[in-house]
Amino acid sequence: MTTVVHQGLAPSRETLSNGAVVIAKETHTTPAVTISAAFRAGSIYDPPSRIGLAHFLSRVIDRGTETRSADDIAEALDGRGVSLMVLVTRHLLTLACTCLSEDFEPMLDLMGDICMRPTVPEQEVETWRGEIVTSIRQDEDNPAVMAVEGLMGLLYAGGHPYGRRAKGSVDTVEAISRSDLQSFHRETFTPSSLSLVVVGDVGTHRVNEQAARVFGDWPGRAAPDSAVPAPPAAVTRQRLVVPMMNKVQADIAYGFVAIARKDPSYHAFLAMNNVLGQYALGGRLGDSIRERQGMAYYVFSAFEANVGEGPLIIRAGVDPRNVDRAVASIDEELRRLADEGVTSRELTESKQYLAGSMPRTLETNAGIAAFLQTAESFGLGLDYDVRLPHLINDVTLEEVNAEARRYLVPDRAALAIAGPYDGGQEAAQPAAGR
Amino acid sequence: MGTASGREANGRTAARVLDNGLRVLVQEVHTAPLASVWCWYKVGSKDEVPGLTGVSHWVEHMNFKGTKNIPRDQVKGIIEQFGGSWNGYTWIDQTTYLETATRDALDRMLFIESERMANCLYDPEDFESERTVIISELQGSENDPDHLLDIEVTAAAFKAHPYGHPTIGWLSDLRRMMRDEVYAFYRRYHVPNNATLVVVGDVEADEVFRAAGVHFRGIEPGTIPPRIYTSEPEQIGERRVTVSREGTTSYLKIAYHAPAVGDADFVPMLIADAVLTGAKGLNLWSSFRTPPPQRSARLYRALVNSRLASSVGGAVLPTQDPFIYQISATAADGVGLTTVEQAAIEQLDHLAREGITEQELAKAKRQLGARLVFENDSVTNIAHQIGFFETVANAEVYRDVPTQIASVSLEQVNRAAAKYLRPTNRTIGWFQPVPPGTGAPVPADKASTSGPMSEAR
Repeated sequence: MTTVVHQGLAPSRETLSNGAVVIAKETHTTPAVTISAAFRAGSIYDPPSRIGLAHFLSRVIDRGTETRSADDIAEALDGRGVSLMVLVTRHLLTLACTCLSEDFEPMLDLMGDICMRPTVPEQEVETWRGEIVTSIRQDEDNPAVMAVEGLMGLLYAGGHPYGRRAKGSVDTVEAISRSDLQSFHRETFTPSSLSLVVVGDVGTHRVNEQAARVFGDWPGRAAPDSAVPAPPAAVTRQRLVVPMMNKVQADIAYGFVAIARKDPSYHAFLAMNNVLGQYALGGRLGDSIRERQGMAYYVFSAFEANVGEGPLIIRAGVDPRNVDRAVASIDEELRRLADEGVTSRELTESKQYLAGSMPRTLETNAGIAAFLQTAESFGLGLDYDVRLPHLINDVTLEEVNAEARRYLVPDRAALAIAGPYDGGQEAAQPAAGR
Repeated sequence: MGTASGREANGRTAARVLDNGLRVLVQEVHTAPLASVWCWYKVGSKDEVPGLTGVSHWVEHMNFKGTKNIPRDQVKGIIEQFGGSWNGYTWIDQTTYLETATRDALDRMLFIESERMANCLYDPEDFESERTVIISELQGSENDPDHLLDIEVTAAAFKAHPYGHPTIGWLSDLRRMMRDEVYAFYRRYHVPNNATLVVVGDVEADEVFRAAGVHFRGIEPGTIPPRIYTSEPEQIGERRVTVSREGTTSYLKIAYHAPAVGDADFVPMLIADAVLTGAKGLNLWSSFRTPPPQRSARLYRALVNSRLASSVGGAVLPTQDPFIYQISATAADGVGLTTVEQAAIEQLDHLAREGITEQELAKAKRQLGARLVFENDSVTNIAHQIGFFETVANAEVYRDVPTQIASVSLEQVNRAAAKYLRPTNRTIGWFQPVPPGTGAPVPADKASTSGPMSEAR
């Protein structure tokens, strides 16, 4: 008998002959399994004249295949209590579901069919075009969305793919045709672009066998290039006001272009952001704006380290009379962090939290699947769950403070404010129309 | 991972009651080195009187702000040090607090909950600062037209029972309420004989009972005044409410008075809802965060597939007293609410009249069976379900749900649908956007509310 001691998740990873990657992790916590199929087919691949194409495909890809109608697919999913989620991010288009383990084979079959042979029927394209237009109209009435999209437009100006709205605009969505969707699918859905992650009450051998059965004969083509251009460098402070006078509260989105996932200082940045706007109730920002000043129900900072340099975004929802005060408080906290650095107690606490939350992150099948997809997508390695706590613990005060000095510069920040606010004290750029 | 006993929707729960009346429920789940601790109080916005709406939610907020033995500056990080997360929420029947962290934080979590029960400070300065935080919470949610409509429809559906006012409270009450009123409400209801402590995770039940005794046995029971709720009189005709505000999109809601969780019609109505909008499951903490399987559901086909609406949803919610079964739809761009309403009502009336089919019954049962597995995938979710049901009914009700679902008959579903989905039992709400500049101005002093829940963060 051989005893193999594995540390951590130790998932299995296999590459099929056509280049598709299959990652499996067996668990027995519930009689269920999470299946996640990610393709390099996110919104950065939208042609400039067809912004919203990847998002549009995510809404119609599962509405018909060569052998199944939309109704057949609906019955197959609903009959098993399964919701198939199709999510599009900047780089990835991911299909994911959780089903009972007894339904694993039929669900994998169905997902394979949807990924490889969607027909995007004309009638479904028209139905979902209407749904997308409605959701764009809803976004236009949502101060939180308008603030964040406004900020991204400032940070990633000049046509950078991260600066575009994933859903596109009503005009671009109206221009998208069935054949646009089909050619986008043809170009981006390839075996070498696929990472299939299966986590749950199904043996690894069974996963690999079934994945090879479903995806093994899919002919290979090259995956699209995922590189993105460098974002423009910020030299001055920028500010955008989106007046929405029918609203009660104003949303502030304040940020910077920050780091790529492969940046060696990623873990120092992670700790810095935790101190700034995450730890407990929104870190230092929460202490100041929510706890001490009672100005906002929510305030936090979050960053998206991606293939390219993603943003660090600070968000708050405040009474319109408090917008200027809240922005001044954000400026002040950023300057203080950049000038004085974090305390060693703060860093210790944030490191304890970040490393200590691993068991919660990896408790559920869906949590493990998301972690493994991220690790695969950024090439972090199969043992990343084991290395991560050490990488966090090795972060030094000097490294964290260097990140704060480098990125937290209010004079180069971009701000977007959406809500019943007319501009306030700071000189505003021309207000954007609604 | 080994072959340790898995996470079950309806596993074995060990129960003890301390001398002061605190009920302690423990379920051992040894699948991850975690423990989840929830402390539930049988008090929510239905226990609030006019002038004090929102007080239970305000209590919840104040109960994160330091205690006699946890100074204000030591609250931050008290659970985070263990990699843990904490939260709380208030709704119509309940107020609850939780921590989930590594199992070595068990004693710390029990200590926090015992302090929260007996020793919160209600510092006057903190109290005033929290007033504006809560008003900000209210105003943030009012930015959402769908939410505004929800408040109006719920208020119109109840003319007597306190389920009619929003959990976050009316704005004038939030502006006026005083520290001593909120503190008195805390002292009255946050007592061991009105609470249930639930612990689920990688723990031994006996160890939990011992530690709970150490932390809680010194807390005196309270005298809870008798609680009398006016029963909602039977509705005798359709009600309608319209919200006219500037906006881009039209929203429709149709709310029927619905059975309470302990009612024999509750599970039959769960099935009827599964047929209409897809099975959600019963976990308000987790299930409602992912969309239900619903593409073959009747209302989805009638509204979304036909391009009248961009989305439709509904839910039968487990509540102590009869609440509402509410259908919500977002009208597709360019489609009028009359058309959406007509199509929805046609489906609802048809189901009330003709019932569902055997095939639909079998499918709804399968869907619900799967959802009950999915909604119990973590120690946090299992602990929520045990405590939630113990608070609105008793934990056995949840344990029996699978059996009840398996045994419910077509006749039971059809009888319940005919009884509840009556035109005279419904309130219809429209959010009708008006063009910029033509609508009622946003009042400086509006009344308002919260959604189904109001989380601390």
